[in-house]
Amino acid sequence: MMKMAVTVRALEVVRGGIPVLRGLDFGVASGEVTGLLGPSGCGKSTLMRTLVGVQRVTSGEVEVLGAPAGAASLRREIGYVSQQPSVYDDLTVTENLRFFARILGVGDERVAECLALVALDGHAHRIVGRLSGGERSRVSLAVALLGEPRLLVLDEPTVGLDPVLRVELWDTFHRLADDGAAVLVSSHVMDEASRCDRLLLMREGRLIADGTPSGLLDRTRAEDIEHAFLSLVRNEEAA
Amino acid sequence: MSALLTPSATGAVATRVLTQLRRDHRTLAMLLVLPCALMSVLWWMFHDLPGEGFSRLGPALLALIPFIIMFLVTSVTTLRERTSGTLERLLAMPMGKLDFLLGYALAFGLVAAVQSALAVGVCVVLLDLSIAGPVWMLMVVAVVDAVLGTALGLFVSAFARTEFQAVQFMPALVIPQILLCGLFVPRDALPRVLDVISEALPLSYAVDAMQRVASSGRTGEVWTDVALVAAYAVAGLALGALTLRRQSD
Repeated sequence: MMKMAVTVRALEVVRGGIPVLRGLDFGVASGEVTGLLGPSGCGKSTLMRTLVGVQRVTSGEVEVLGAPAGAASLRREIGYVSQQPSVYDDLTVTENLRFFARILGVGDERVAECLALVALDGHAHRIVGRLSGGERSRVSLAVALLGEPRLLVLDEPTVGLDPVLRVELWDTFHRLADDGAAVLVSSHVMDEASRCDRLLLMREGRLIADGTPSGLLDRTRAEDIEHAFLSLVRNEEAA
Repeated sequence: MSALLTPSATGAVATRVLTQLRRDHRTLAMLLVLPCALMSVLWWMFHDLPGEGFSRLGPALLALIPFIIMFLVTSVTTLRERTSGTLERLLAMPMGKLDFLLGYALAFGLVAAVQSALAVGVCVVLLDLSIAGPVWMLMVVAVVDAVLGTALGLFVSAFARTEFQAVQFMPALVIPQILLCGLFVPRDALPRVLDVISEALPLSYAVDAMQRVASSGRTGEVWTDVALVAAYAVAGLALGALTLRRQSD
């Protein structure tokens, strides 16, 4: 039996009168990298914000590491990287990490470890505002890793990164999962799907598939996830 | 439960804000040099005129400057913090809201202390501003005043979506206080309604406090004014805390 880090039942979120998440049921297992895939605007970010606890739930249940999402006890347990790199542009990389480390109550030695994890140890003393977009989002990722979270929620962390670095980051995600963390990574690039242990495909606020990449390919008899996605959408529309 | 207040987190926020400020040389220079320059201009304006214009207006200006500057600086920086996502990130971490607010108040209070020390120094030493009461009290008033500006700035930043909007709160909330604080027309000579309004505005007491230190040095009354301004600052911080939401709709 797999240990579930996240269990979601009948989740609905309405924002500004518009239903964004329309009845989701799924789980995210510890020790796995789960990919959340879907076109932009399908509700991925809202779902991630809900798991992190910063988005109010309209109805349904969201249980994270045994507590309801947003519980105070979870604030140390979740690492979250939003789409915009939420770090301070006018501070150096190290100053950013040290600041968040003090808020989390972790030591400076962890700062150096996290810099190495995202391959930024060479840029430790550069001002974040002068880094490239990809480097900046890695600073944000390093901040999320500081507290050795049991659940990592990463909203499109590999956008704009060069392919070599992307592979390295995926390796890092898998290492973290091997150490027991639950890693949820969103992407609108379907070719990243094959790097995940499990996939959640999302469209217009609903989950249209939940399974392993190979399972999805078998089920849809598609040659890649992009086509699997298309065939699922067509089936759904035909039904 | 995360504690309401963790000194290390409060300190981290304050240190971080000060580090950001230190990086921004131009802002730092303006924060420290501008008040001195403005006081010098005021002195110069009245230099060839009879009467005590500079002694009458100088203390009031010493009260206005830290309030206005810290209000503007804080509303823009916290707005940036809200829009860049760093505030959301902090609120998803084990950080007390009070840590955030007090961290800011501490950092800008400290800047205000240095700022007013320089401005008061220039006024007293170079420009011969006569102060009947203890000079250090001017600085106490200035710091409390700056914290008031910070508190209000934090609060209004919740109602602005852009930096343009944030800056517009200055004419909306600050200029009326400048008009009614007794600088242009003594408060007891104001029409009844305006007098009542001026009594409800914190800047009136801040200006009062400065003028009392300068003219009479009756410290008891000054402390009453300072306590009132501080009460407004605390109320502003409490309102600010209400705008820091861990969850959004």
